[in-house]
Amino acid sequence: MLAFIIRRLGQALLVLMAVGFVSFSMFKFMGDPVENMLGQEATVADRAELEERLGLNDPIIVQYLRYFQRAMSGDFGVSYRAGLPVGEVILDRLPATLELALLSAVFAISLGFVLGVYTAIRRDGYLANFIMTTSLIGVSLPTFLIGVFLIWAFSVNLGWLPSFGRGDTRSLFGVDLAILTVDGLKSMILPAVTLGLYQMTLIMRLVRSEMLEVLRTDYIRFARARGLSQRAINFGHAMKNTLVPVITVTGLQFGSIVAFAIITESVFQWPGVGLLFINAVSFVDIPVMSAYLLLVGVIFVTINLVVDLLYFAIDPRLSVSGK
Amino acid sequence: MDIQTKKGASARPEFSEAAPASTWQRWTQSDIWYSYKRSPVIIVSSLTFLALVLGAVFSPLFSPYTPFDPASLNLMNGFTKPLSTNAFTGDYFLLGTDDQGRDVLSTILFGLRISLFVGVIAVLFAMTLGVVLGLISGYIGGWLDGVIMRIADIQMTFPSIMVAMLLYGIGKGLIPPDLRDEMAIWVLIISIGLSEWVQFARTVRGATMVEREKEYVQAGHLIGLSRWSIMLRHILPNVTGPILVIATISLALAIIAEATLSFLGVGAPKTQPSLGTLINVGRQYILSGEWWILLFPSLTLLALALSVNLFGDWLRDILNPKLR
Amino acid sequence: MSDTPLLQVSDLIVEFPVRQGVLRPVDRVGFEVRAGEILGLVGESGAGKSMCGAAIIGLIERPGRITGGEVRLNGERIDNLPEDDMRRIRGKRIAMVFQDPLTSLNPLVTVGRQLVETIRTHLPVSASEAQRRAIALLEEVGIPAAATRVDAYPHQFSGGMRQRVVLALALAAEPDLIIADEPTTALDVSVQAQIMALLKRLCRERGAAVILITHDMGVIAETTDRVAVLYAGRLAEIGPTRAVLSSPSHPYTVGLMASTPSTTGNLNKLSQIPGSMPNLRAIPKGCAFNQRCGKAVARCFEDIPILEPVRDSQVACWLYDPATLTNTLEKTGATE
Repeated sequence: MLAFIIRRLGQALLVLMAVGFVSFSMFKFMGDPVENMLGQEATVADRAELEERLGLNDPIIVQYLRYFQRAMSGDFGVSYRAGLPVGEVILDRLPATLELALLSAVFAISLGFVLGVYTAIRRDGYLANFIMTTSLIGVSLPTFLIGVFLIWAFSVNLGWLPSFGRGDTRSLFGVDLAILTVDGLKSMILPAVTLGLYQMTLIMRLVRSEMLEVLRTDYIRFARARGLSQRAINFGHAMKNTLVPVITVTGLQFGSIVAFAIITESVFQWPGVGLLFINAVSFVDIPVMSAYLLLVGVIFVTINLVVDLLYFAIDPRLSVSGK
Repeated sequence: MDIQTKKGASARPEFSEAAPASTWQRWTQSDIWYSYKRSPVIIVSSLTFLALVLGAVFSPLFSPYTPFDPASLNLMNGFTKPLSTNAFTGDYFLLGTDDQGRDVLSTILFGLRISLFVGVIAVLFAMTLGVVLGLISGYIGGWLDGVIMRIADIQMTFPSIMVAMLLYGIGKGLIPPDLRDEMAIWVLIISIGLSEWVQFARTVRGATMVEREKEYVQAGHLIGLSRWSIMLRHILPNVTGPILVIATISLALAIIAEATLSFLGVGAPKTQPSLGTLINVGRQYILSGEWWILLFPSLTLLALALSVNLFGDWLRDILNPKLR
Repeated sequence: MSDTPLLQVSDLIVEFPVRQGVLRPVDRVGFEVRAGEILGLVGESGAGKSMCGAAIIGLIERPGRITGGEVRLNGERIDNLPEDDMRRIRGKRIAMVFQDPLTSLNPLVTVGRQLVETIRTHLPVSASEAQRRAIALLEEVGIPAAATRVDAYPHQFSGGMRQRVVLALALAAEPDLIIADEPTTALDVSVQAQIMALLKRLCRERGAAVILITHDMGVIAETTDRVAVLYAGRLAEIGPTRAVLSSPSHPYTVGLMASTPSTTGNLNKLSQIPGSMPNLRAIPKGCAFNQRCGKAVARCFEDIPILEPVRDSQVACWLYDPATLTNTLEKTGATE
């Protein structure tokens, strides 16, 4: 098992190094930040001064090493657009994204799992079929469209929930969180549902197909032949076996949620790192883009690791063969 | 009593099935066509897709107005409701007009054109890239295979839409600012294409590795066929089915990715609005009540994405019954 | 033995709707099983043996279903019971053992828990009593160190040991009848005999009857009291094992015996039945065996034969019909 963890860690490091390489290459070889920041009418002196300040005149190898050294200590350079250190800007906005991602993950996983199990057990039921058909529309619906229509329905027409922004926040251990206030929570509902809906349908469909697969196995047939109740078979046996593959995908879905937060945050003007990123893309703010890439890389790699380790907790076959 | 059969042919025992040459024909005749005829949802979605494609291709013919010709625009026509005639100009608009007085139906048809163009070209690009890399990976193997598959693994770690956004940002950074709008569509196509190649490569690689070991490929070697001719002429035809399925599903993904990027303002430029751009424009008017500017482009996008998705799902079920 | 047999299957029909029509994997099969008796159900794969077993225990996969005939357990009809009542019979009165012990056990649940839940589903005992019984059962089926092994997961047992666990599970609620569907096919040859002996001993001790589904004539000869031969979903011949094996009556059984080395004991005359069993979609009119039968007469291509007593057995073959017999006798008489 230790060997497995070490191998996994090695792979994670490899991915991070690759992402870091892309991140640095972007940082270094792309665009003309000076022109981006000053516009085409800048004087030569202005340019020279700014180039010096951003360290763009140093040899590449120096810049490369400096990039990694700085990245390690959370310094990702200065945002071309905001003129502030990227690390600071990202750290400032990260809690907003994480709390949103967490809430929508909870929504997606809990509802997705319940509906998936339900539609598998009641395979030919009317409600189950209806849910399955609707979910196909859900998969085809682009996230931003869901957001726009939720705003249209619940903010514009019904006036129940705010259409943009984060609402009130309350500080916990020095971090401002919207989830702690009623107003903030209300502001979170629409973005969280928007963000989670797609993942929810995916999890539901996955749980359903896995569950159906498991229900076809010999050991379920044997359990039925022993006269176990449908309830014991569904929840005592089938659901447990469904968990193993579902956990991987569900874990990876959390990564996707962070990525899809870009879209949701943009629709709801939620002040998280996703909104920061999309603004960076449209203004070609390279330091922010490369730092965001690294950040997401770290998040994804961490999630992958956690998912792998979770396997051991669930599947007894692995913990024995790995020992 | 006896087994009741509808078709006489299928009542024959299995060993007397038709010869391999006509197996394909038989199979298309029976299974795919049979399933197609029997699923109204698929008939409707394929016809919807066809109609949308025709509408996009012939948009200059079908459009009642030319929405992107500044000369023909009349600001007086702005915010005309659907199914009504403008009070000032007397022009009739089936789906209303937007803030600029552009006919919504016409902008949708032109937007559809952009969306489909980007989607189709991006998928073709992804397919070509993926198939070539997959063939190389699977057939030649070695360190080349290692490198290609590691890149694929790392890319698969990230959602493709994020990869596309990032690539778009990079692409935009590489292009001089004054050319950005002009090149935006191509940057978009390459970004989306690059974000979708992995599935193709993996599938082709897997199939190639299986085929490589088969006797006819070994025989091809013996009679001196070149690597590429074996790959293209003998291995590739065996993976057409899966490639077709992935292409269909990728098309839906590409269309959604394009719409999303354009909606977020990092895709098609304002001068060449796609469906996503139109939806972004429409969103600004939901508070003031001009719902049609948002609704019609959204429905069009939904119809497009849904019809391709449904068709892809069906195709996958038919070509690979194991996944059902 | 009481007058009512333990299990009575009569005119059982199982049908599966498919695109081209309706398949009938079990076509009017009827037999009886007496208490404590071991009945062999033999035939080629696809002959409907497993489907028969599944039909008796009410586990036919959708969209298949029983469309005709009856199944009676101690005289009570059970084929039309509501699912919940049928569930109470499964495991408690009729148990089933499947072919592959590697896939019959839930890999994520300890064998102890699987035993305990089965026991507690059918018997009103406490958790600790169920645990005690679980260990006792494991001991009885020959699992060494049962008290500690009870907490092990299935993958920690070998194939043969797992089939022993499966037998323990089947016996957990003391059923009257066990349907064993090729219980040893997936095992090593060296283990097969042990498991068969164990099954036989356990059932004898408990007085449980067994329906042994197999295609192995050797197993049939060693284990069963009576044997039923199935061909293309229909019963070809049924009778005491010794009678059927030593003097088979149905041409298919004759062919089957001739192609089995261990039972004929005559290696020189080993032969094969020409052709293969028809696909379920293409069963010929009349007797299902008519295409391959060397003795087929005109009637075999017209009417489906019905079971008639022939010597100690019952055989579904027109050759033993009085009308055919006289015909044949006349012909042979004429040539002599």
